[in-house]
Amino acid sequence: MHKPIIMEADKPRKPAAQARRQFLLDSARMACGVGLLGIGIGLYAKQAKALPPLALRPPGALAEKDFLGACVRCGLCVRDCPYDILSLATPEEPVSTGTPYFVARQLPCEMCEDIPCVKACPTGALDHSLTDINKSKMGLAVLVDQENCLNFLGLRCDICYRICPLIDKAITLEQQLNARTGKHALFIPVVHSDACTGCGKCEKGCPLEVAAIKVYPTELAKGEPGKHYRLGWVEKEKAGGSLVAPDVQHQYNLPEGMRYESGKGLMPSEAPPAVPPGSAAPGTQPGLPKALQGGKL
Amino acid sequence: MSAQRIGAEAVAAKGWLRAHKWLLARRVSQLGILLLFLLGPLAGIWIVKGNLTFSYTLNFLPLTDPYILLQSLLTRHLPETKAFVGAAIVLAFYLLVGGRVFCSWVCPVNMVTDAAAWLRSRLGIKGGAHVSRRTRFWILGLTLLLAATTGTLAWELVNPVSMFHRGIIFGLGSVWAVILAIFLLELFVMQDGWCGRLCPMGAFYSLIGKVSLVRAAAVNRAACNDCMDCFVVCPEPQVIRPALKGVAGAGPVILAGSCTNCGRCIDVCSKEVFAFGTRFGNRIEKVSPPAQKMAPACK
Repeated sequence: MHKPIIMEADKPRKPAAQARRQFLLDSARMACGVGLLGIGIGLYAKQAKALPPLALRPPGALAEKDFLGACVRCGLCVRDCPYDILSLATPEEPVSTGTPYFVARQLPCEMCEDIPCVKACPTGALDHSLTDINKSKMGLAVLVDQENCLNFLGLRCDICYRICPLIDKAITLEQQLNARTGKHALFIPVVHSDACTGCGKCEKGCPLEVAAIKVYPTELAKGEPGKHYRLGWVEKEKAGGSLVAPDVQHQYNLPEGMRYESGKGLMPSEAPPAVPPGSAAPGTQPGLPKALQGGKL
Repeated sequence: MSAQRIGAEAVAAKGWLRAHKWLLARRVSQLGILLLFLLGPLAGIWIVKGNLTFSYTLNFLPLTDPYILLQSLLTRHLPETKAFVGAAIVLAFYLLVGGRVFCSWVCPVNMVTDAAAWLRSRLGIKGGAHVSRRTRFWILGLTLLLAATTGTLAWELVNPVSMFHRGIIFGLGSVWAVILAIFLLELFVMQDGWCGRLCPMGAFYSLIGKVSLVRAAAVNRAACNDCMDCFVVCPEPQVIRPALKGVAGAGPVILAGSCTNCGRCIDVCSKEVFAFGTRFGNRIEKVSPPAQKMAPACK
């Protein structure tokens, strides 16, 4: 115990070269030891960036990579949530230590109009520019299991649809023919990503043992077409007409008085073609959900 | 340690209470702060909300840990004004009362490491791994570097200090294992291991401590009888020698940033050598001003 006290001042002065050598050695030792620690923490931090799909951030949370630099883990959002749905992750949980999250299946966001959790955040990790809770994007509901969803089986469960705070906007029911019975309808719940806030009420409400509809992080739930991809009918509507010259109908070398119709074969040429080529729209069956129909509705 | 316990002379000379005055004041401060934070979740009395990284007192006073704010800035995030105001208040406070007052008067881990140090001395455990006290500054640098390179508050993933305080208030989870590890580290592996050698928060606050106002000082150093109790009880014994022994013409004020202003040297000295004063007390050398007792400056 007394050693460190006597040590420094009573040591004989070293020559400069030796002292420099010692300094460099000490520094190298520090750099190596602390560097090792840094690699450990750095790799752990990289892993900790991955938020498990079922853990949802409070409304207004920045993108996860920004959130992890902005959130100071103070827990004020947890405190100001009137429904106590938020908790701070403890180190053994698969969410970055100390950050707030909720699990929709346990307790979904009640979507308070005044958004107290966002107001409480002192750092803007929950973005203060979010003032309308209906515009929040905590995630996106996805009907992941069409095999077990009761509505897909032809039953009228409808719970996810009825419980949705943005009923008929975030979730709609689309009628389809029930092919099993041949005479009934299926009411297919369809989630619309432009309106869904990811509050998780649908997931919580799903009466199955394991929810058939789940809220996923938006980037996990959504696909995205290539940047160059254009939907012909959308472009056509924008331009107010076809953007390309109409196709010249293919000329076949056919027997006189006959014409060829796709799928039917040779036909007498009296009857004009049933549909002009290019506008054949077979997908307008009445039973198909909105999302499966063309853009024209 | 010798057959006689540390501070036994002081207890004999001043009585038990006066020989433990600052220790008791610190425990009151540490537990009082925890209690303030716990009143909300336990009793529904919301005086203070949050934890040591950011807290909001009476829905009016923001307090931000400047160390975490610095890390957050290095991740290139610009926080709300409230966070900056809170950090300015905290910085000003510690510039006044001493940087590492955070460590010895506020930080909950201090009670754990103090307990380990006490047990270590009672069990007569000596030696162990030697790690330089400068290590913490390297780790401090590392945590700032990690914030900048990972873009996340990487240190907060493993920081036992914030983990422990947050755990006490919001639910401990497995944090008890981390705290037990620190206790055992201090007890068997390294004397003053966590608080004195590794903790980057301590390093950060000791940088503030380099220029802070309130100081422990060996104002009555002529009376020192070399009992060594202050050196033994001090968690940063290297800070005492220049002031007490006047090494290289040093004045009686302990100017080292790593001094935690815990006041144990004051308690443990039977000759009343030490007292709290300000850094400016160093100018009036050799006059030995009467020990000015400062009120415990705690949050």
